[in-house]
Amino acid sequence: MNRIKQKLQEDKKLLSIYFSAGFPSLNDTVTIIQDLEKNDVDFIEIGLPFSDPLADGPTIQESSTIALKNGMTTEILFDQLKDIRKTVTIPLIIMGYFNPMLQYGVEDFCAKCAEIGIDGLIIPDLPLDVYERDYKAIFEKHGLVNIFLITPQTGDARIQQIDAASDGFIYMVSSAGVTGSQSGFGNTQEDYFSRIENMKLKNPQIVGFGIKDAETFTQATKSTKGAIIGSAFIKHLHKEGVNGIANFVKTIRY
Amino acid sequence: MNYNVDERGYYGDFGGAFIPEMLYPNVENLRQNYLKIMAEPSFKEEFDQLLKDYVGRPSPLYLAKRLSKKYNTKVYLKREDLNHTGAHKVNNTIGQILMAKRLGKKRIIAETGAGQHGVATATVCALMGIECIVYMGEIDIARQAPNVARMKMLGAEVRPALSGSRTLKDATNEAIRDWINNPVDTHYIIGSAIGPHPYPDMVTRFQSVISEEIKWQLKEKEGKENPDYVIACIGGGSNAAGTYYHFLHEEEVGIIAVEAAGKGVHSGESAATSALGKEGVIHGCKTLLMQTKDGQITEPYSISAGLDYPGVGPMHSHLYKTKRAEFYSATDDEAMQAGLELTKLEGIIPAIESSHALAIFKHKAFKPEDVVVICLSGRGDKDLDNYIKYFNL
Ligand SMILES: Cc1ncc(COP(=O)(O)O)c(C=O)c1O
Repeated sequence: MNRIKQKLQEDKKLLSIYFSAGFPSLNDTVTIIQDLEKNDVDFIEIGLPFSDPLADGPTIQESSTIALKNGMTTEILFDQLKDIRKTVTIPLIIMGYFNPMLQYGVEDFCAKCAEIGIDGLIIPDLPLDVYERDYKAIFEKHGLVNIFLITPQTGDARIQQIDAASDGFIYMVSSAGVTGSQSGFGNTQEDYFSRIENMKLKNPQIVGFGIKDAETFTQATKSTKGAIIGSAFIKHLHKEGVNGIANFVKTIRY
Repeated sequence: MNYNVDERGYYGDFGGAFIPEMLYPNVENLRQNYLKIMAEPSFKEEFDQLLKDYVGRPSPLYLAKRLSKKYNTKVYLKREDLNHTGAHKVNNTIGQILMAKRLGKKRIIAETGAGQHGVATATVCALMGIECIVYMGEIDIARQAPNVARMKMLGAEVRPALSGSRTLKDATNEAIRDWINNPVDTHYIIGSAIGPHPYPDMVTRFQSVISEEIKWQLKEKEGKENPDYVIACIGGGSNAAGTYYHFLHEEEVGIIAVEAAGKGVHSGESAATSALGKEGVIHGCKTLLMQTKDGQITEPYSISAGLDYPGVGPMHSHLYKTKRAEFYSATDDEAMQAGLELTKLEGIIPAIESSHALAIFKHKAFKPEDVVVICLSGRGDKDLDNYIKYFNL
């Protein structure tokens, strides 16, 4: 069974961490992944940096820009990850924009992911209909789970459609906005969360965008399976480098 | 061969809507409604009336006698430079502001390069009393100061795009992020025939008034609707799309596109997308795109802020791939010379963008009996500083 699905069956709230590969330094990728696993993080989203990350706020934009300046490429990332499964067992997901994958060749990209032991992909600008028509068969052939996003504006019918097309979890964007722009959880989120809860979807939901500390993690996971932290972790790496990862995770789950 | 958009939002292999889910409700709402709204008699009436009384359409089709003589052919200029606000951009912003109103939107955002689209957007927002925010690259803010001042006077807020190359591409990223952050009350008025479907088609339809007029104007002047060539410069491709639209399926009409070669197509400082680009995804559509082998979008360069874009609209990628259009590129120097030449020969100071289209004569010879229509997309007022510096005037 795919590692993601196995993980989703565990009886706990899952913590997922996002970071941009190649940041703060080009070769930090493996260290960061290993340290996150050591500190009981449940899965990891490895950001493939892109020059024009449309759905990201300034924090992740900046980390992508630095990663690219450091020389990160798709090829280098795959090379850094080639032995990752010798030391790391938790699910690994690559999150990136579509164009770099398209240039690598979607089939080659997926084959390489499978070879390394990547479990899934999150591609915010690859829409559902294009995926289903052109790429679904390729993803499935290589055992990759594709993760779709929903937002408070996503209509019920669309959510049903996304639920039907998903085979892992649904990435539930907490509120309208790019990454790092959310100030907290309020009434709108409560309504949205209970709307989703009442829909009884077949896929569990993991909440992302705006999770930054223990409080927001607890709020986000009240009715969902887990939460994803991105910008707050990048900010931490910015300040402390790769050292205090244990301390960071402790501030979320103590 | 079909050169129009198909029901899935593609021009051949290009187009589509490669957008994050956060934008889906807005883009889908637009997709489901734009054709319906444009077909409403009340919409058409309001659009046509504003184009006539406010923009000053029809824009003249002017026989440039001295230019024709110099290049030994018959050159007509489609005078979009005489539109209110000084360029073709206003045709689209009038259409989109009426669309936004009918969609119930209360807040307008736009991106701008040369500032022409920003001014055209700020103008229609002032006209309708709607809040307007324009994103503009920090570098463009510096090189197009008069237009920044205009936008401010019109009541728009100009927000600098500080990321990446700090030009048009980055301003577009910022506008898209704003739209993600404001998903309910905001309409994004894209300024060129780019972006996710239905934008390229919607912008093309609003700009198609250019070729619609050329047809009857040419009929009056030449006794026939079809010229031998239509020529336009291409940034994202909206003036070109409008100039070509009614001729796309008229085989006898040659279609010519002129891109910005900057300091030379292979100098590393260029915006000649058809020559340098590969298929990729930018700003929500699949199109030809300047990028690294690794799929990172590269930073274009042109002396003209309005052509400084690393992609072209999907329609133009299709016209290029199917060879329906001939693509040329003009360097900074060729464009500046062509701009000065038009000024001296015809008493018309063109926008530097439009000067690129005029530079076609450096690359292609026409027959004396050819009827050649060039879209003079904008006037050069905004570029005076650049002309003065370049020629030490
Ligand atoms: C006068 C003028 N012409 C042409 C362009 C290029 O845009 P497009 O290719 O969409 O016509 C611009 C863009 O700002 C412009 O201001």
